Amino acid sequence: MREDDPGTMLAEQVGRLLAERSGAATLRAVERGEWPAALWEALEGLGLPLLLVPEAMGGAGLGWRAAGPVFQALGRHGAPAPMGETILAAALLAAAGIAPPPGPLSLTANGGERVPWGRHVRHVACCDGETVALCDAAGVTWAPGANLAGEPRDSAPPGGVVRSAAPVPERFGGEAAAAALALLRACQMAGALAAALDLAVEHAGTRRQFGRPIGRFQAVQQQLAVLAGEAAAAQVAADRACRAADRHGLAGAAFEIGCAKVVAGEAAGAGAAIAHQVLGAIGFTEEHPLHHLTRRLWSWREEAGTERFWAARIGREVQAVGGAALWPFLTARDEDDDTTP
Amino acid sequence: MVGLRFEPRDTPPGSAALRREVRAFLAEHGRGWTPEVRGRSWMGFDRAFSRAVGARGWIGMTWPRRYGGHERSAMERYVVLEEMLAAGAPVGAHWIGDRQSGPLLLRFGTEAQRMRLLPAIARGEAAFCIGLSEPDSGSDLASLRTRAERVPGGGWRLNGRKIWTSFAHLCDWMIALVRTAPAERDGPRHAGLSQFLVDLRLPGITIRPIRELTGEEGFNEVTFDDVPLPEDALIGREGEGWAQATSELAFERSGPDRILSSYPLLAAAAEAAADPVPIGRMVARLATLRAMSLSVAGMLEDGRSPAVEAALVKDIGNAFEQAVPERVRDLLDVADAPEGLRRLHAYVTQVAPTFSLRGGTREILRGIIARELGLR
Repeated sequence: MREDDPGTMLAEQVGRLLAERSGAATLRAVERGEWPAALWEALEGLGLPLLLVPEAMGGAGLGWRAAGPVFQALGRHGAPAPMGETILAAALLAAAGIAPPPGPLSLTANGGERVPWGRHVRHVACCDGETVALCDAAGVTWAPGANLAGEPRDSAPPGGVVRSAAPVPERFGGEAAAAALALLRACQMAGALAAALDLAVEHAGTRRQFGRPIGRFQAVQQQLAVLAGEAAAAQVAADRACRAADRHGLAGAAFEIGCAKVVAGEAAGAGAAIAHQVLGAIGFTEEHPLHHLTRRLWSWREEAGTERFWAARIGREVQAVGGAALWPFLTARDEDDDTTP
Repeated sequence: MVGLRFEPRDTPPGSAALRREVRAFLAEHGRGWTPEVRGRSWMGFDRAFSRAVGARGWIGMTWPRRYGGHERSAMERYVVLEEMLAAGAPVGAHWIGDRQSGPLLLRFGTEAQRMRLLPAIARGEAAFCIGLSEPDSGSDLASLRTRAERVPGGGWRLNGRKIWTSFAHLCDWMIALVRTAPAERDGPRHAGLSQFLVDLRLPGITIRPIRELTGEEGFNEVTFDDVPLPEDALIGREGEGWAQATSELAFERSGPDRILSSYPLLAAAAEAAADPVPIGRMVARLATLRAMSLSVAGMLEDGRSPAVEAALVKDIGNAFEQAVPERVRDLLDVADAPEGLRRLHAYVTQVAPTFSLRGGTREILRGIIARELGLR
């Protein structure tokens, strides 16, 4: 990805904004149940919500490749706002020809259970197989819930007000909301792992024991190298899934999205463990920022399909293909011009 | 911000057609390959097969035509390599020449050295081995003691010993890193090393194959006893051996041979397994590793030097390759598996420890990554 890629440039803006305006105080306030109005307005001001909406519908007309770095930036800072969900919901609504309404949005594939940020958003894109419906979220009696990181995951009784509904185009597929959320979480995990690596390396360079920074010990160096490898693998898997979504559509990219969710989820578990080991007791405190990342990593790997869920899907697909045809299957995924002789 | 960036890279247009050619070739040649041959991967040595690969133009693919090459792109070469590995083809007789020795000669060799050797490598006829490790010098390579001394009137005299040299007993040539000047006290330890082209038929060379734990003979102890090397055995510049030898490490470390060594076992197990979850986990990891390896190949093609990225790909690639035989044990009861799968699993289990030793140990690679992170 080149420096002047729209996605990279936007991601840098998002990163700067979050570094300045979404500190530990904001993260804690949102976890207590507050809505970060100022932060939301600032993020909206970057033009993020309509990132994936076609230009003809007033959006930025960018693709998943541009959205990926933005999602990673949101994950890197543990952004305490549903911007990723809003981008996804707007994309799904627009794909079905429904104009995305202003304000924060969310999306659900399972009929109102554990809707991300449900109580804070104005509308929810409710995906039910082949149709997407624009549903009111305000005025709904949400049963508040939260994931391990304190991010709102709220449930609503069935039968809210539906503003409009339309079929999801084939390119997005019957599982569009689930696939889009899995892609978002994989990208966020890649970002959070990069940030956890930063924190761990910084700590290893400054914390002194036995008369030297602990990062001078090979035992610590080797662990941080493993963390760097896991973070890199998660990032590559996420990038690859975004490219596949542009190339094959969300529906056609289920394989790569699943791979990204598996690899990022595995990296989340292994990476969080290493970061905590290196940070020692201070990393286990509420005061230290590490847990804002690791609790999200542990949460996001459970959401939108665990490693086990996606691995089973991939495994079944591979078994259907068969061992002998597995290699041609894998290479053809990345090569547009492949045709059977 | 620390961490490394792996930009996505696609295989070039026409890759699918190239793959079909290679697959047809492999289907024809692979009929008689036993599970052990496929399990051996690029440590399988078969001169007849290498000549056949050379005849198809798949060795030295990127080299200039005047040296017997085919002037194709690095990414096309990548496509051919991964097809060979995925099939478990015995590519060992030309692998080192194609991957390391040929590119080294192209970069640092004289015109005469190139004309003499590169066409033979590209035909699959000249087999090379790498003379690095010594009895007292493994990961600490700069401590090596084999030495070459100038002989009055021209040429060099080589004395010392190399060990763990894969296929020295079957190869024609060794490219050896040796000392041509003593390391100066308090000076850089890597100074005074030079690379030599050693014709393994020369007098004074004793090659003793070492039996491996599989019962086979793959690596060797090579003793040099006053071996007379001609003047033009020196590669590149005297004293620059370390820089020359390490300049190609990114090529050596990031290739598909660092992620696909146990692929034939993965494919065979996928067929036989009942539980899809471990299969899915392995395939997800493999697809990601392949994207990382292709990314590094792309950086190399662009003329960059992604040495740290390559070390990282090798580290996690080796970990994956080594995990495959262990994961397969979760997939199915290996003891009751069909004979072919059982033999393949048994063979890969035995050779898997070498994956994270050859070409830079896991610990050395992680040290390189840690240095990039600013920790050393």
